[in-house]
Amino acid sequence: MTILNWLAKKQPPTRSKTEKLNIPGDVWSKCPTCSEVLFLKELEKNLSVCPKCNYHFRLSPEDRITYIFDKNSFEETHAAIEGIDFLNFEDTEKYKDRLKKAQAKTNHKDAIVTGTALLKKIPVNIGVMNFGFLGGSMGSVVGEKITRLIESGAENKNPVIIFTSSGGARMQEGIMSLMQMAKTSAALYRLEQAKVPYISVLCDPTTGGTSASFAMLGDLNIAEPDALISFAGPRVIEQTIRQKLPKGFQRSEFLLKHGMLDLVVDRKAMRQTLYTCISILGGQP
Amino acid sequence: MKSLEFEEPIVELTEKINQLRSLSGSEALDLDSEIAKAEKKADQLRKEIYTNLTPTQVIQISRHPNRPDSLSLANLIFEDFIEIHGDRQFGDDPSIICGLGKLKGQSIAIIGHQKGHDTKENIYRNFGMPNPEGYRKALRVMYLAEKFNMPIITFIDTPGAYPGLEAEERGQAEAIARNLREMISIRVPIITIVIGEGGSGGALGIGVANKVFMMEYSIYSVISPEGCASILFRDAKLASKAADNLKITAKDIEGLGIADGIIKEPFGGAHRDWKVTAETIKKTIVKELAAYKKRDTEQIVEERYAKFRQMGQFIEGK
Ligand SMILES: [Zn+2]
Repeated sequence: MTILNWLAKKQPPTRSKTEKLNIPGDVWSKCPTCSEVLFLKELEKNLSVCPKCNYHFRLSPEDRITYIFDKNSFEETHAAIEGIDFLNFEDTEKYKDRLKKAQAKTNHKDAIVTGTALLKKIPVNIGVMNFGFLGGSMGSVVGEKITRLIESGAENKNPVIIFTSSGGARMQEGIMSLMQMAKTSAALYRLEQAKVPYISVLCDPTTGGTSASFAMLGDLNIAEPDALISFAGPRVIEQTIRQKLPKGFQRSEFLLKHGMLDLVVDRKAMRQTLYTCISILGGQP
Repeated sequence: MKSLEFEEPIVELTEKINQLRSLSGSEALDLDSEIAKAEKKADQLRKEIYTNLTPTQVIQISRHPNRPDSLSLANLIFEDFIEIHGDRQFGDDPSIICGLGKLKGQSIAIIGHQKGHDTKENIYRNFGMPNPEGYRKALRVMYLAEKFNMPIITFIDTPGAYPGLEAEERGQAEAIARNLREMISIRVPIITIVIGEGGSGGALGIGVANKVFMMEYSIYSVISPEGCASILFRDAKLASKAADNLKITAKDIEGLGIADGIIKEPFGGAHRDWKVTAETIKKTIVKELAAYKKRDTEQIVEERYAKFRQMGQFIEGK
């Protein structure tokens, strides 16, 4: 199960609110792929996509919700669910302390924000994962919130849209994090029976236990461009097969070619695409 | 038989006993009381070692090359066991075996990860690490079982799903995810027994069951302790520390409410006596299935959903 590479490896800088580039005034950001220095205001106007090379910066849940859903339509649910260190897990740091730090850094209790929002007036249930919170890893809280989101979608006939950005299961919750894969997938079976649409939007990165559960089970699977989407992380695979991996391996376009995705959609077109899909599949204003 | 490192004191003592025996035979010496003493000591030693196993030692037992494998157990437990093959889409994965059989007259479907006992077998079985077609074969057989109203028994024994290039191309994540969703819906009882190593999503992919049992010296974990050590502890050598933290032994897994029970192994581990191991497992399966005969389909499906629905530990403020 792989948070693997994502925690081991240095991350490309994310343009989240707390870690802006160390350039005077916090007004500039540097694109991690083309190195273009970008004016933050311009970047935000461009939905945090590099105008030069189309690199999609990782987003905070707030930004993603702002970019995609109707203005001020988001209402958060179950915001008070919080993780506990029931295994007394301690690696280089206590899990307890890691949780506290991540909470202070992100202003969220855990790695997903859930709620209801309007998508061009269609009410939808949305979940937005936060890679900035312990690598977006799925433990009990993420599992429970996703499950409730899906169950409420089945009950209220609200289409469900989940944006994933997650390194996989949260190791500090041991076997319990693994079981969240079964729990969330089980809920999706109920949603399927209720014939309520579910769209999975896979963002960079979606790996391990997250990809091997609800992220891959959309009625439609849509990805942002060039997102890493995998079960096993590239480094683990390289170590196993002792070969260099081909360029673009496990990126959105690769998965599209291999039949795992319906669409790869630019952030700028995401709102319209989601609306079109949801309205065709039966979402009602 | 390959002995494990922590069993060395027992092995040494056993060798001494054998020496005494041969002496006693050749020199007409009466060493019987000496031998008896040594044997008693060996028993005691084994008991001591096996009652105070560390998680790392349990891992070693769970991975013992002579541990009974799914196919052998299926042949020992079920009557008329017949292996069936293929996912009907791409291939037949030797890392997951499927089959049909009978148990006390009742038709049963069997699915299990398959490891080998030596290098050659392990290469053929890919060390029990399935490709997507393994999970798809398993799902095909689950649908088959559902169609003919046959309970499903699954044996978990894998280090994890295979982290390979082709496995990714063919949708390892999708294959496992689909199994998780579909297994919850299957309209016959499913019983899972972790017979050796329960390695992450690759294990769970055939483990969404009404009842989950752990063999006494089996493990179940979200990640291998080695993997966890190199990521979180930044040092692969700290695997034993990771193992302690992850809580992966049968007792731990039962304590967390994930396993419904623990199946006793023969003294010194299942690898010492396959037949006894199979008999014990069989008893558990027979007992569990008898209870399901009185229950209707809706109850069976609902029970499975409820079981997984309540998994998770968190607090909820206002
Ligand atoms: Zn760029």
